[in-house]
Amino acid sequence: MDVWASLLEGFANAATPENLLYALVGVILGTAVGVLPGLGPAMTVALLLPVTYALEPTSAFIMFAGIYYGGMYGGSTTSILLNTPGESSSVVTAIEGNKMAKSGRASQALATAAIGSFVAGTIGSILLVLCAPIVVEFAISLGSPSYFAIMVLALIAVTAVLGSSRVRGFSALGLGLAVGLVGMDPVSGQSRLTFGEPLLADGLDVVVVAVAIFAVGEALWVAAHLRRTAAHVIPVGRPWMGREDWGRSWKPWLRGTAYGFPFGALPAGGAEIPTFLSYVTEKRLSKKPEEFGHGAIEGVAGPEAANNASAAGTLVPMLSLGLPTNATAAVMLAALVQYGIQPGPLLFDREPQLVWALIASLFIGNTLLLLINLPLAPAWAKLLQIPRPYLYAGILFFATLGAYSVNLQSFDLAVLLVLGALGFAMRRYGLPVLPLVIGLILGPRIEQQLRKSLQLSSGEWSGLWSEPVAIGVYVVIGLILAWPLLARLLRRSRAVPVTASDDTPTEAEQELVDRRNR
Amino acid sequence: MTVVVGYVPNPEGEAAVTHAVREARARRTKLVLVNTSRGDALVDPRYAFEDQLAAIERRLVEEGVEHTSVHAITGTEPALAILEVADTHGAELIVLGVRRRSPVGKLIMGSTAQRVLLEATVPVLAVKAPRQ
Repeated sequence: MDVWASLLEGFANAATPENLLYALVGVILGTAVGVLPGLGPAMTVALLLPVTYALEPTSAFIMFAGIYYGGMYGGSTTSILLNTPGESSSVVTAIEGNKMAKSGRASQALATAAIGSFVAGTIGSILLVLCAPIVVEFAISLGSPSYFAIMVLALIAVTAVLGSSRVRGFSALGLGLAVGLVGMDPVSGQSRLTFGEPLLADGLDVVVVAVAIFAVGEALWVAAHLRRTAAHVIPVGRPWMGREDWGRSWKPWLRGTAYGFPFGALPAGGAEIPTFLSYVTEKRLSKKPEEFGHGAIEGVAGPEAANNASAAGTLVPMLSLGLPTNATAAVMLAALVQYGIQPGPLLFDREPQLVWALIASLFIGNTLLLLINLPLAPAWAKLLQIPRPYLYAGILFFATLGAYSVNLQSFDLAVLLVLGALGFAMRRYGLPVLPLVIGLILGPRIEQQLRKSLQLSSGEWSGLWSEPVAIGVYVVIGLILAWPLLARLLRRSRAVPVTASDDTPTEAEQELVDRRNR
Repeated sequence: MTVVVGYVPNPEGEAAVTHAVREARARRTKLVLVNTSRGDALVDPRYAFEDQLAAIERRLVEEGVEHTSVHAITGTEPALAILEVADTHGAELIVLGVRRRSPVGKLIMGSTAQRVLLEATVPVLAVKAPRQ
């Protein structure tokens, strides 16, 4: 079917009054959690999973998409007005954004962030419409061995590329895969890791695990080292931009989009790397490089566009391959499975209504976000006055309620507590949470593909590299794994380290690197 | 003996300081300025910036009132901090700015002034901001 006809049909589905309402609820909730540091869209979607069982899948996903985009928007407000990034993807925005706000240009910073996000989100959504069907067409031709290889690549990439320590990344991945193994073996029916507990035979509910890791673990962690501070929000009127600001913003918006979308679509791309790249690029290309570090509008426009474009990019592998590349996409994928919908290349064929309504709702959500964010930015900043203990108590309450309501079993509460403690311990010892969640959600599906491949080749391991695509992917995996070694060899072969004067990091960039490593 | 004033950077707070200065002069006592925050919200507009506090202190110096300031994130409610300071500095009077409140507003919002009024062992002077 023609892509544009499908999209129009999607608009028809997404623009019903009911779905518009869910889109609005989603973007408002998303912006709120984006504004509040420590709460993210992944946690919010996880908390809402049990609530949305009563909804049509289409409505639920429209709401989730709103939360996802809203979270990307909201983060910038806190970065600019408080110098505390609301989301990890807004860390870069804080560098120039807060300087602008301090020099009285908060309105312009907020405006370029909001309009840039809108532009990037819309272009990103159009690219999604164009790319996803192509990827699907390619993916349908793939057999189980290639699929298995691609999923392994996603796991390895998320684990090895992101985060400061590979050992920690792989430990977290191992934990996730182990948690995903609990329950009955789908082929032979044997019990695995159930410890004789009949309630574990069906496996751990993904919702309970997601709520435990994201909500309980995070809330406990933040509560455990609640630093007492009282900062001031920089007062700001209605966001607006002058002619010069438009002139200086539109190129960074487009360049940010160009960085963000492909990185979002790659496994392990995420939103952090493209925002950083965009910042560095704008700094190089700027006609006024001396303004960088003192509040250059390009340094806000580029990264904010990049993080929204990456949000759209993330949906390409999620919808067309069933591959989550960040935490929010992982939880959304878990939601799909909960609804009994099989993620993967056939999603576009089997659930066209859901997919196209979701994509159409991205355009609607983006427009709603622009409408509610431009006039309401100062109101959003008021959310920061909520005492944090109230917030975290509320999160724990809803987490417990949600976990219990999934199966109405008190056993799930014990699971929630144990895994919540695990989530806390992981943050305490610096283990990244993302590999765990991706491992948990992809683990069972990887196993399925592995079993299928082995069945096809009647148990011969060589069946795993029987397809050219699979071989190519294994080469990439090998490169990723060997990269630290290769990098060391390359560096050694170059006797003199290159230190060009313009490559020395500025104070702001150094701070950024420190923050990322923390 | 001292006069303790709870300062908040808003018109009520300014009015409270004005009256506290008058009282301290009349009683020939020291003035203790209190501005604290529980520090559990990321943003507390009632906690004064350093420069706001410096401006108030300059004003007190100009008016010739002997004074000290308590400006800290205490982790306790401001009401408790005011009462504690009043206790340790042997206050004979506490001066507070109060806001006009509707009955519903009173129900929802906790009030520093109310708590001080109810629990203080010395007289409390409640001051409203002048109407514009």
